[in-house]
Amino acid sequence: MAAAFGRYHTAVVRGIPDSVRYDALIQAEQRDYVDVEKARQEHAAYVQALRDLGLKIVELPGAEDLPDCPFVEDCAVVCNGTALVTRPGHSSRRGEVHAVKKVLEEDLGLEVVHMVEDEATMDGGDVLFTGKEFFVGLSNRTNEAGARILAETFPDYSVTTVPIARGLHLKCFCTMAAPDVMAVGEGPEAQRAWQEIRARGDHKYAVLNIPDDGAANCMFVNGTIMHCAADEFPKSAKTFTSARLEYPRVQVPNKELAKVDGSLTCLSLLI
Amino acid sequence: MPSEEGANEVNQQDAVPAENKTEVKTSPVKKTKPVKMQLCRVLLLDGTEYEVELDKKAKGQQLFDMICDHLNLLEKDYFGITYRDPQDQKYWLDPLKEIRKQIKDLEEKENVIIPPGGPWVFGFNVKFYPPDPAQLQEDITRYQLSLQIRDDILKGRLPCSFVTHALLGSYIVQSELGDYDPEEHSADYLSEFKFAPNQTKELEEKVMELHKTHKGQTPAEAELHYLENAKKLAMYGVDLHHAKVRQDEKDDSEGVEIMLGVCANGLLIYRDRLRINRFAWPKILKISFKRSNFYIKIRPGEFEQFESTIGFKLPNHRAAKRLWKVCVEHHTFFRLVSPEPPPKSKILFLGSKFRYSGRTQHQTRQISALIDRPAPNFERTLSKRFSSKSMDAGLWTSPGYAPYREQNRPDLSKLPPDMSASADAVGAGKLPYADDVPPQGDESQGEKDAEQQRRQKNIHEMKMEFLSQTPQPAPGGWDARTPPKTLSQQKEEKEEHEVAAAVQETVPPVAEPEVNGTETHAAPPEPAAPEELTNKVDDDDEIPNVENAVVDELESQEPPTVEVKTETVKYVASDEAQPEFTSSVPIVKTESKTITYEQNEDGEPDQDPGVLVSAQTVTSETISTTTTTHITKTVKGGVAETRIEKRIVITGDTDIDHDQYMKKDGTLETHMERTTVLTGDSNQDEALADLIKEAADQNPDMTVTKVVVHKEEGEQQVTTNGTGEDD
Repeated sequence: MAAAFGRYHTAVVRGIPDSVRYDALIQAEQRDYVDVEKARQEHAAYVQALRDLGLKIVELPGAEDLPDCPFVEDCAVVCNGTALVTRPGHSSRRGEVHAVKKVLEEDLGLEVVHMVEDEATMDGGDVLFTGKEFFVGLSNRTNEAGARILAETFPDYSVTTVPIARGLHLKCFCTMAAPDVMAVGEGPEAQRAWQEIRARGDHKYAVLNIPDDGAANCMFVNGTIMHCAADEFPKSAKTFTSARLEYPRVQVPNKELAKVDGSLTCLSLLI
Repeated sequence: MPSEEGANEVNQQDAVPAENKTEVKTSPVKKTKPVKMQLCRVLLLDGTEYEVELDKKAKGQQLFDMICDHLNLLEKDYFGITYRDPQDQKYWLDPLKEIRKQIKDLEEKENVIIPPGGPWVFGFNVKFYPPDPAQLQEDITRYQLSLQIRDDILKGRLPCSFVTHALLGSYIVQSELGDYDPEEHSADYLSEFKFAPNQTKELEEKVMELHKTHKGQTPAEAELHYLENAKKLAMYGVDLHHAKVRQDEKDDSEGVEIMLGVCANGLLIYRDRLRINRFAWPKILKISFKRSNFYIKIRPGEFEQFESTIGFKLPNHRAAKRLWKVCVEHHTFFRLVSPEPPPKSKILFLGSKFRYSGRTQHQTRQISALIDRPAPNFERTLSKRFSSKSMDAGLWTSPGYAPYREQNRPDLSKLPPDMSASADAVGAGKLPYADDVPPQGDESQGEKDAEQQRRQKNIHEMKMEFLSQTPQPAPGGWDARTPPKTLSQQKEEKEEHEVAAAVQETVPPVAEPEVNGTETHAAPPEPAAPEELTNKVDDDDEIPNVENAVVDELESQEPPTVEVKTETVKYVASDEAQPEFTSSVPIVKTESKTITYEQNEDGEPDQDPGVLVSAQTVTSETISTTTTTHITKTVKGGVAETRIEKRIVITGDTDIDHDQYMKKDGTLETHMERTTVLTGDSNQDEALADLIKEAADQNPDMTVTKVVVHKEEGEQQVTTNGTGEDD
């Protein structure tokens, strides 16, 4: 049925438009301006890291009218050969899905389901797939109607909702570090979400508590853990490097896009 | 078969199939009287029908045993007989009761119409879906299980993705047709198969593609793969019930529609397709129903102080009771070492003393481990039946019967008469891909035979051996013929056997992290180590006096799995008999405390609230009051503790519940428990203060120690402690 958790052959990414500097959505009150050139360098390093892990890269061009378009994760949820193309929670981002849908359907041959219901919203960043079940954060960007469509699209798995009061997406502070191992930030919102997951999920997971919430966003790709850089999150990076897990680790810089709430998982769709 | 032998007496205990009626002896001395026979027709999982005539007064167990004999099924505890009404609502047949009475009950209370004089029609279905089918002892059991799952999928009860339909389908094809052979299997070779409710050509193509990859798998292997995949599906083994949850007390409207799912792990709550909550069995302290409401009492969470109760509204009283029964059965089967005995008392019970009467999974595994026969041969031809439309009116000469005869039966002379009587002459010849083809490589057939000869004990012999031993005290015995022990005797026995022993069962590793009853505050260490295996069940103490069971007194050889405790779950039925039962029984070690896992108020992590080892509930009801007496046995730090809790519920407008506790000196102390429903925006503290004051006013000599607030919505809320003693 499902392949072993965390095995992928392709990644879909998207180039960074100049407009990210001034127009990308931010949660913070004050904008910390993205150095676009540096962001592009970091992005290239990220893409190379994926390539090094054996993934084929499909890169979509950035679009100036879609400043958040590098965060392709929010546009779809891909699992077992089916892609659910979402209806992003923020109206300014709805346009991002078209190019993504096209490439998933036509170039990658996936079975595509498009979330078209008017009331349903979903950002892929709220959807945590553990390999055994789904957790969907109900946040400002993702609602129950969207979660319901996800549940219908992937009937093999239970879909459990997790309320998110603060923070952008569930995966901002909670991701899979390895099979059955969840990286969870130490902040209160993150720990609360983790308690929900523990109580209401179908399966058991070990937890890797990460000092900085933002650093809890990591990726398990083809047997390797990609995580935050030491100069951005020294304590958290140390937690990753010293964790007793059998997998090799790779540090990936992401200083610039973090200013606009972009974290590692946001930058790709893994298939 | 018409009963031309009506004049003969038929001895029901032998479970002799009707076809052998001519062999029944007639006592020459006794006057014979005509026995009324009833035709039963059972739709089996492979689509065939099994017909048999039974004494009209036969109990469910008899029919069940005959079906299992016919199917050659030994691991029968996972299965049951069902009646399905036109709305596809399922009713399980109680093996202990007369079939006739249950049918009458259905007719009256559920408006089910059964044509008079016609056959009674039933289904044979999986009742408890084993979480790990690989651990079933026999392939034939897995075969029956896979048949059930196939039906579940086709009927839409088990939703799957396209990919899953294809994969599961490919294993079916492999098990029925064998290896893919381009010459034999034309482009259309799958058209007779049904893999999904909505089957497309695309699906069939995918099945074929996957079928090719299974080359070399025997039918049993393919079936195992089938089950290994099916068991992972979210809705596998989930029994769903429609219910409603009220969101607002003032809201007279129906409330939010939800589905309650009962499964091996506990209770699941769905709204639409979303899992909105889940209560593993260890988290549930009590399940009860009253009128058409179903209640569960939940252990407090890590950061909560008090237990909470959640109520659900079922369509009617029967639905609530049915749900309650299913919960009791699932909990007992999957969680307990042996079934809880039904409440016993000197006075006649008026209401439901329903308890699960079969073996638990633990017991059935122990017994199954003793199965020592060569794998029975059987034919897998379900799909052909679908296409050839040979589902005629179930005469028992239909093709389905012959292939079920097994070959290589154990020496029948060693078996008790009832078993040998049901064996038929060896039938069809060997089929391709039969299961008794010796496995490649591993051991030679000769070695296997020698081993079988060495282990000469068959079930019958062990049974005789067991029964001839000094009877063990059987605290959990549910055999009605065992003289009922008084509660104190039972408790004392339990104490002796279970002090300082954590009682566990082996369950699949989807258990609560709160093993040992402690609330684990810190998250488990990273990375996860599998839960430590502690002592296995001490089998000696848990041998029930079950008729057909033989229990191996050695510890089972199962692989280490997660330890799970028996927990106390109160099974409270709303209508029971029995007033002052406990007060007349001399009690050993009572405490006047409520059974909760309340945290210490200073926020310290719970010091091991103890392992709840057993629970007994006795309830009684008069017109206005219901008295529930709950006796719990806890093992805490190696010391056994028994608590007696008596609750008197006076039904009326205010739903005032009195909790009575027996103190050490034997006096009863009344505690008040008030039930109310708070809306989201009410001032909880104020309302509670009012409640406490009111309760105190009404009963001057009462101490309020606990106020339980029921919140009837999807999320549980904490309850607060009143004034008075803490735990």
